Parts: sequence; C-alpha cells; structure tokens
Amino acid sequence: MTLNMGPQHPSTHGVLRMVLELDGETVTNVECDIGYLHTGIEKEFEQKTWQQAVTLTDRIDYLCPLTNNLCYCLAVEKLLGLEIPPAAQWMRVLLNELTRINSHLVWLGTHAMDLGAMSVFLYCFREREDILRIFEMFAGQRMMTSYFRIGGLALDPPRGWQHAVKKFIDAFPSRVDQYEDLLTNNPIWLKRTKGVGYAPLEDLLDCGVTGPIIRAAGLAWDIRKSEPYSSYDKFDFDVPVRTESDVYARYQVRVEEMRQSARIVKQALEGMPPGPWKADAPHVVLPDREKMKTQIEALIYHFKIVTEGFRVPEGEVYQVVESPRGEMGYHVVSDGTSKPYRVFIHGPSFGNLQGLPLMIKGRLVSDAIAALGSTDFVLGDVDR
Amino acid sequence: MNPEQFVEILNDWNAGAVLAWKFDRGELTVEVAPEQIVPLCQFLKSEQGFIRLSAVTAVDRYPMEPRFEVLYLLHSIEPSRRLRVKCRLGGEQPEIDSVTCVWRSANWYEREVFDLFGVRFRNHPDLRRILLPEGWKGHPLRKDYPVTGEKYTYSE
Repeated sequence: MTLNMGPQHPSTHGVLRMVLELDGETVTNVECDIGYLHTGIEKEFEQKTWQQAVTLTDRIDYLCPLTNNLCYCLAVEKLLGLEIPPAAQWMRVLLNELTRINSHLVWLGTHAMDLGAMSVFLYCFREREDILRIFEMFAGQRMMTSYFRIGGLALDPPRGWQHAVKKFIDAFPSRVDQYEDLLTNNPIWLKRTKGVGYAPLEDLLDCGVTGPIIRAAGLAWDIRKSEPYSSYDKFDFDVPVRTESDVYARYQVRVEEMRQSARIVKQALEGMPPGPWKADAPHVVLPDREKMKTQIEALIYHFKIVTEGFRVPEGEVYQVVESPRGEMGYHVVSDGTSKPYRVFIHGPSFGNLQGLPLMIKGRLVSDAIAALGSTDFVLGDVDR
Repeated sequence: MNPEQFVEILNDWNAGAVLAWKFDRGELTVEVAPEQIVPLCQFLKSEQGFIRLSAVTAVDRYPMEPRFEVLYLLHSIEPSRRLRVKCRLGGEQPEIDSVTCVWRSANWYEREVFDLFGVRFRNHPDLRRILLPEGWKGHPLRKDYPVTGEKYTYSE
C-alpha cells in the first residue's frame, strides 16, 4: 500500500511530504518530496546589498535565526578581511548558544508531543519564552532578530542585559532536570525511543547527515571544536557523544548539549571582555550619530553606505558553523560590487533529511514518526 | 598540509589533472577538467580522507564562457580540512558526470543544481526537479532568468 504522509501532517513539522510504501505495518520504501516552502531566497540575495541580505538569513532556518546571521556575517567578513572586536565575538557566542537552547527546546517539546508526552511541550515553551524575551530585549524582535551585522552587532546591548541573561541561566539547569524527570526514565518514552531509528555511522556520513545525529552515532565531531570560529576556542565545553545511534541516543545528546550551551553562556557572561561592539572599519560599519553630525568623513561614509552599500573584494569563501542541527555553510561569491554575486546556503536539515530513509526503511510505520522527530529538521532550511 | 604539497599529490596521481589552483583566504580551490571529476573524487575519498561531500553547488558566470562553474565542497573530518573542486561547463549543453557513485549525499545536491541551473548530471539515478514543481519552465538561478515578471499557473 502507498501511504501519503503530509504535506499537511502535524508530525512532519512543516510542509514535508513523504510517500511511504507499506507492507502491512512495515515501511518498505520511503521517498521525501520537498520544495513546498521554496521561496527563491538564494536568488533574492543577489538583489540586495551585502548588509540588507542579513535580514534574509533570519528567514531560512527560523528556529535559529542568529546562527544564520552569524554564518553569513562571518563569510562576508572573511571576504572583507575584517577583524571583529572581542566583545562582539563573545556576545555572538552568547546569543548563539541561547539560540541553540531555544532550538533544542522547540525540538524537545514537539518531539515529545509526537510521541504522546504532552506536558513536556508546555515546560519547554515556558523556557523558550524567556529566551525570546531576551532576544526581544537585544534586537527588538523575538524571532527575526537580524542582530548580527557585517562588522559586529546591530545595536549596543540593552541596559540590564546581564541581569536578564543571568536570571535565565541560573535557573535553566534545574529546568533541564525537570524535562529529564519527565522523560529519561519514563517507561513509555524508553519503549518508543530505545533501539528505534537505528542507522550506522558510515551510512549517515555518506548520506550527508551532520550534527547531533552523527554525535549520537559515535563520532565526536563538532565544528565549534574542529574549526573554531568567533572565538569558540576560548570556551570550555564538552561535546556529548553516544554510540547507540537510536532516537534515545539523539535525545540524550541534545539534552546534554543544552546543558553545555548553558555552561558556555555562563562563561561568556562572566568573562565578557570590555571594548566596542563594532569593528573599526568606517567603509563598512555605519558611524555613530555623534560622529556623523560632527565629522565630514563620517558623514560621507554614512551617505555612501546607505545609498549604494559597501563593496566587497572579489573572491569566494565557504564558511561553516555548527548550527543546532549540524553543519551550516554559506558559500558566498563576490564579483567586487556592492551586491552578492551568488550565495549558496548549505542547510543542515537538507543533509539530515536525505539520511532519513536510512532510519525508516524496514521498520514499523509508528516508529517512522519517532525517527522523523529525532532528525529535527526545519523545512525553511531544506527548501530555502 | 600546505596547498603546494596537496596539489603535488594530485599531480602525482594524474599529471595534468589540475588545470588551475588557488589558495585564497585560507581555502584551497582546485580546478579540474569535467571528465576527470569522478576518478578524482574517488581518489580523494579513498586515499585522501575526504569522506564527506558537504555540498554541490554552481555559479553562473553569464555572459562569460564557459558559463557554469560546478563546485564540490569536500570535507575531511580527520584530519580536519576542506577542499573546493571546481569544474567549468559551457552554456550550450552543460553536462557532467554524477558523483553519486562516490558519495550518496550528492543525490539531492545534484538534483538541486539541475533544478536551479539546468546542469545535467550523467548517470544520476533520479535526475528530477527537487524544489520547483515538475512542470516549471527555466532554471531560476541562471543570471538571465528574470527576478520578476514570470507568471506561473498551477495546472492541478
């Protein structure tokens, strides 16, 4: 029998269509049909100036907008050869780890709900709300933050941000304990997740799967450690690894990642270096209001940047960062003008979704839901 | 490993395989002839540890000829390094061999390049559009494809 799952199905987390070939309750073949959320965002990049394009990056993987902002900004900064001041780098790390927690909370809540544990969702979204309030404090936006700009941050951090972040991060580890109380030893949860959705490491790597799924299959590969960016090498954190490569192992890895992210946020908060939030690059970064009103050069730069944007030297770079879902990469090509020539976005969900059939084929159809939830994809990231 | 040494290794494997190379902003780009892509990738995967294909993408250099650059973004986890392999294809009938026989992950990436750029991949197991509807005309990421003004009516 052929079963059509999606594009409107609550557990596909967006508009994904899966065509399942069934033999009784066993899935014999599965094909993913994607593209329902394709918006042509890569084409749109070519119409915007370099700085304007930051706002597009939010809308790709909408559960971790700041990670997208960061990856794009790092790529363009690499093209420009721009040095970012330490304070801005640390703030980027801090907000990125909050984003990771935010994304994992959405994943945990919805994944648990798919498998019948309704209450976890409510707990997770309680903490997510706190994080979104912090984002709103910084950027004025809850989700589409665009808070990182080429050359540093968009705005100075708001007054009292330390207090808000500290309050959240002090309470958070005990909140993770609460989720674990609900799930980790829960017999129903164990039955639904242990040994389910197994896939061997070699096959996963070959299919382009990255991130927590790979770490749950036994490979300690985290881009924050292997190719550190934005001063991640100055932070002390562990990379959780499991070897079972099932849905439960992925759950364990992500829960531990939330704890490690909280550790990083704490370190960033306590050790935040003093200094400016924007790079000293007048041809790229908009001048202060004060300077603009008093200095003719600053006024000229302001006029140039606002009217035609800045030019980026010719070249191409591929910048990768560790997003909550895995390896996120921006391949940015410049032809020396004030608009990107080509931006290719390698979303982690695209590769992860390609590995999904490995976890589903030959198993029960009810386990397909568990495996699907454990891959944690975002369709905006797949279809772009 | 420094880039000269690496290019040396590639030349030892097949003299003349590397048409050009560039080391820019810490990233190595190697340009090879399109016919060489599958054997080269097999060599890189089995002998040089590039077990991951991070992505396949393309750049349209319209109106320059050869017009398309197909880019293979390779990654080796241990030791940690990245490589960009570039093939140039003419605009008349852009075609290149598929590397799905080397990495399975190439499947969707090549379909995406086919969908958005119209580059055909020979020996691809399932070369169909992936992001756009099946009946779509044209390839949107080509530089001569208009940003606005295209109408599309859904037939079903």
